[in-house]
Amino acid sequence: MQVPIEYYLILSAFMFSVGVAGVLIRRNAIIILMSIELMLNSANLALITFSSFMGNSIGQIFAFFVMTVAAAEAAIGLAIVIAIFRNKLTVNIDQINLFKW
Amino acid sequence: MIDYIYLTILFPLAGFLINGLFGSKIKNEKIIGIIGSSAVGLSFLFTILSFIQLLNLPIDERTRVVELFTWLNVAGLNIKFAYLVDQLSIVMSLIVTGVGFLIHVYSIGYMHGDKGFWRFFAYLNLFIFAMMNLILGDNFLVLFLGWEGVGLCSYLLIGFYYDRKFEKGTVPEAAKKAFIVNRIGDFGFLLGMFLIYQTFDSLNFLEVFSKAEYFPISETTFSFIALFLFIGATGKSAQIPLYVWLPDAMAGPTPVSALIHAATMVTAGVYMVARASIIFASAPAIMTLVAVIGLLTAFFAATIGLVQTDIKKVLAYSTVSQLGYMFLAAGVGAFGAAIFHVMTHAFFKALLFLGAGSVIHAMHEQQDIRNYGNLKKYMPVTYLTFIIAAFAIAGVPGLSGFFSKDEILWYSYSKGNLTFWIIGALTAVITAFYMFRLVSLTFFGKERFGKDVHPHESPKVMTIPLIVLAFLSIVGGYVGIPEIFSGEGGNALKNWFKPIFAPAEAKLRTFGSHSHFEELLLMGISVAAALSAIYFAYVVYTRKKEIADKTASSVKGLYNTLLNKYYVDEIYESSVIKPILIISEKVLWKVTDNKLIDGIVNGSAKLIYYISIIIRKMQTGVAQFYALIMMIGISVALFWLILTL
Amino acid sequence: MENGSILTYLLITPILGSLILLFIRKEQENLIQWFGLAVSLAAFIISLVMFTNFDQSNGSFQLVEKYLWIDGLNVSYHIGVDGISVLLILLTTFLTPLTLISTWGTIKKNIKLFTFFMLFLEAGMLGVFISLDLFLFYIFWEAMLIPMYFIIGVWGGENRIYASIKFFIYTMFGSLLMLVAIIWLAVDASSQLGYFTTNLLELYKVGPTIARDIQNYLFLAFFFSFAIKVPLFPLHTWLPDAHVQAPTAGSVILAGVLLKMGTYGLIRFNLPLFPQASVEFAPYISVFAVIGIIYGALVAMVQTDMKKLVAYSSVAHLGFVVLGIFAMTVESVQGAVIQMINHGLSTGALFLLVGMIYERTHSREISFYGGIAKLVPVYATFLMIASLSSIGLPGMNGFIGEFLILLGSFKSQVLDNWWFTIFAASGVIFAAVYLLWMYQRVVFGNVTNPKLENLSDMNGKEWLVLVPIILLIFWIGIYPTTFLDITETSTINILEQVQNFTIKLLN
Repeated sequence: MQVPIEYYLILSAFMFSVGVAGVLIRRNAIIILMSIELMLNSANLALITFSSFMGNSIGQIFAFFVMTVAAAEAAIGLAIVIAIFRNKLTVNIDQINLFKW
Repeated sequence: MIDYIYLTILFPLAGFLINGLFGSKIKNEKIIGIIGSSAVGLSFLFTILSFIQLLNLPIDERTRVVELFTWLNVAGLNIKFAYLVDQLSIVMSLIVTGVGFLIHVYSIGYMHGDKGFWRFFAYLNLFIFAMMNLILGDNFLVLFLGWEGVGLCSYLLIGFYYDRKFEKGTVPEAAKKAFIVNRIGDFGFLLGMFLIYQTFDSLNFLEVFSKAEYFPISETTFSFIALFLFIGATGKSAQIPLYVWLPDAMAGPTPVSALIHAATMVTAGVYMVARASIIFASAPAIMTLVAVIGLLTAFFAATIGLVQTDIKKVLAYSTVSQLGYMFLAAGVGAFGAAIFHVMTHAFFKALLFLGAGSVIHAMHEQQDIRNYGNLKKYMPVTYLTFIIAAFAIAGVPGLSGFFSKDEILWYSYSKGNLTFWIIGALTAVITAFYMFRLVSLTFFGKERFGKDVHPHESPKVMTIPLIVLAFLSIVGGYVGIPEIFSGEGGNALKNWFKPIFAPAEAKLRTFGSHSHFEELLLMGISVAAALSAIYFAYVVYTRKKEIADKTASSVKGLYNTLLNKYYVDEIYESSVIKPILIISEKVLWKVTDNKLIDGIVNGSAKLIYYISIIIRKMQTGVAQFYALIMMIGISVALFWLILTL
Repeated sequence: MENGSILTYLLITPILGSLILLFIRKEQENLIQWFGLAVSLAAFIISLVMFTNFDQSNGSFQLVEKYLWIDGLNVSYHIGVDGISVLLILLTTFLTPLTLISTWGTIKKNIKLFTFFMLFLEAGMLGVFISLDLFLFYIFWEAMLIPMYFIIGVWGGENRIYASIKFFIYTMFGSLLMLVAIIWLAVDASSQLGYFTTNLLELYKVGPTIARDIQNYLFLAFFFSFAIKVPLFPLHTWLPDAHVQAPTAGSVILAGVLLKMGTYGLIRFNLPLFPQASVEFAPYISVFAVIGIIYGALVAMVQTDMKKLVAYSSVAHLGFVVLGIFAMTVESVQGAVIQMINHGLSTGALFLLVGMIYERTHSREISFYGGIAKLVPVYATFLMIASLSSIGLPGMNGFIGEFLILLGSFKSQVLDNWWFTIFAASGVIFAAVYLLWMYQRVVFGNVTNPKLENLSDMNGKEWLVLVPIILLIFWIGIYPTTFLDITETSTINILEQVQNFTIKLLN
């Protein structure tokens, strides 16, 4: 028996919402980065799902792209976090407001 | 020779350039003086030769135009640097170069030892250059070039002693005043030119005047043209209301006063009116205005002259007054008489000023006539020539001033009316009186100067021009002997000018004829009055000084008014100059510019700044806040998209 | 017509020069100065060659070059000159070397950058005068702002930041209006032409047929942009600040050429593109021009700072130019063009002279001086000549321009009212008042300020800068035909364009 597509999509949407909530609520920059990863992965899940259900590989290719980008992003993001930590001795995002008016 | 008339203009220019550019290197006064004087002397020579040639031409060929090159050529406007030689311009040229030459020679002596010797001669040459352009120009624009040019030279020469004080102010202030008041006149002249161009499509004299004669043009247009031109003339020729600069122009060296502010430049206005006689004659209302302004100026200036104590001031007001006479003549349509008086006045007034210069020179720059006295003992030549000039200006029969002044007075009655004559004659009497007050206080009576002053006669280089001018002051009038003495057609000058002024005179209303008896009677009355004024002045100011003092103190108010020149300068100062300055500074600059306009400019910048202060509060710097806003935005966009699908 | 590509050479010379300059070491100041001069002189010589190739009897654009640049927008590199722009190009290339010489010894900070900006500026100015494509024109128009901004902002006086920003924002504000108008015009024209173009020559044909209300908006947008640059009262307040703060060279270029771009724009764009609107607005604009003449003169009269006085006198002089343009007679527009040149020379000379004395004493206050005629007679003479030329004495350049403008405005049928001329002519009186008053207070009298005692007279470099200007002043004054002939056919062309599309007649 095949699992219906809604299950996958609901899972994906749930993961995405968790990610959004994480980005908006958590203070720790690393956790925020992880939440972003979660959001990206939820998108990947949706892409692969559609790919499988529609019987072509475009979605999977996209998923690979996203993973590459996510990897790069994670590298840069972590580098920034380290740079900020060196300067501010914190990764607490509400203490980092350099762009405040 | 006429074809080379431009040389009379180029010689002074060359003199100016040589002295102006290299004068400070030459240093030798003799060379500079000779360059300056010979430039004008050569001009004079060429003018005489041209004059002789003109005399030998038939009457209807006595108008010649010599073109040099095109100055302005725009659309319909074609202005050439061209010179017009005719009866009028050649007479004026003779006066300017002749008297100018004498004054140049005189200046060699007068300016001896002055640090700015070369500068002085350069300016004088430049002046002659400009003046010749004014006179010989064959269109209004070349005339205007000269017109402004002489104004500039006048400015430079009045301000010659730029580091000295003059009366209440300084010499440069007097110079600036002259230039600016002249500019007010020039403003009128410019408008006149514009209207002429609009009406006649040309600024060329011959073209404009022939059109003015024959074309049907409304009297209103003529009146406006004449009015604008006359405003110009009042500035240059020091008439009410713009005469105020001339007395202050006495701040310049005395030869300058003689040349520019008596003999030549100030008569430019009269020349211009005579030149445009056809335009003025076509505007009767303005003619009356010219006559009235001339008459009033003559009278009021003469009354001021009565009480002045500075020798040059007396002469200055006398000049204003005599210029008034010339305008009176022009205003009643006697243009020839006006030019006649320009000529005789050039002789005797230049002589008076040069004589005054000689006296000032001898008295170590002392100009107050109350500190003179009995100078005839020390300076016989100056005394003799000065008194000849004084007789001439007072209108003593036989001297030049008599002929021209009498002609003006006669025309003011025969072409004007009795009131003109009465005020004119009264002015003549006042003139005679103050001139002999001056003569008496200077040359007669007791010596009123200190022991340390040793007056001496001036050197030959100064006295010879005086003698020549004295000679001219005596004989200069015989070119214009009234017809009652010389018979019909016996007035040589009148015949000479006839072709020039005939069109204008034809346009003017002609009155019924007057008898010879009337003319003789009026002449007799004015001469008798003038002679008694001379005698009276002589007696009062040599022997009975107390009469003068008593009279002065009995009418103190009037006396002070006259002494302060009717407070005209003060009125101008407080009613025109001060308000303009205050408005400019307090209202225009400090408020309009700095507060209002810049207020709006800087205010709009400030407004944006304050709005930004409010808006920037959005930028909390908290990344999560931005993310939240983004989420909300995306959600809204998505919902909107779904709903519209 | 075979003409080579001399205009491109002209334009490229200062650009290349400024780029090569970047490779010279900063410390080699002498080399930089001579190099800058050499480049600007080369540009001057090229402009003279260009002038000899120019046919005065032909009123249309000449030496035209056209290459497609941006395909999609149909924008081309389209350049060419007519009689009016030729004169202004000559003025630009003439003044630039002189101002560069005048900066020798007076600009001490970062000479390399300064020379770079001056050459950059020259390229921008030349570009403005030769562009025949609105897009290209706009680029040069904006590009020219940048070097001027830095020249004022870096080498200026104490309050230079305020002045440079004010200058920039003011002009930018106008430029943006113009940009909108350019786009609108091109879009509107494309509906008639069937294709999008910013080619000026094609727009000349279409512009006048645009609906009247839109034409009015477009006219006003262009007009505001140019009026700010001119500057026309009441948009002039950036000028005194910019002039006072700018270094001498900046002031000279600003007064000499930059202001002319405004009036040039009015002649080149406003009149031929929107003739009906021009005629309709002419009387109102002339009112502001006349107010500017009198206002500028009156405010100049009460200034205490020499440079500010000269700056305000510019407002008055440019008022004459605007009046001349909008009187729309051959005489007045010819006069306006000549007056543009005159103002560049006379006011340029005045700024140079004020700058020279400022270098010696570091004061521009009129009250600081007095009696310097004795100390520096040659300087006093030069100042006198420059002042008289600015006053408009016949025989010098100023008179020719003012006379033609006033004469033209008097008989103008577009204005059709004497009062414009009467009020404008009164500015002639005030010009004498403020300049002679300043002259009297600075030059005449006795030396009372001990700081002045060691004042030195003009040096050779200063002679070199001023003498060419003075010679031109007299040349234009005595034989203006040389210059009037250049502009005549082009002026008539533009006025005919106006006349063809309006009911009112040319004369």
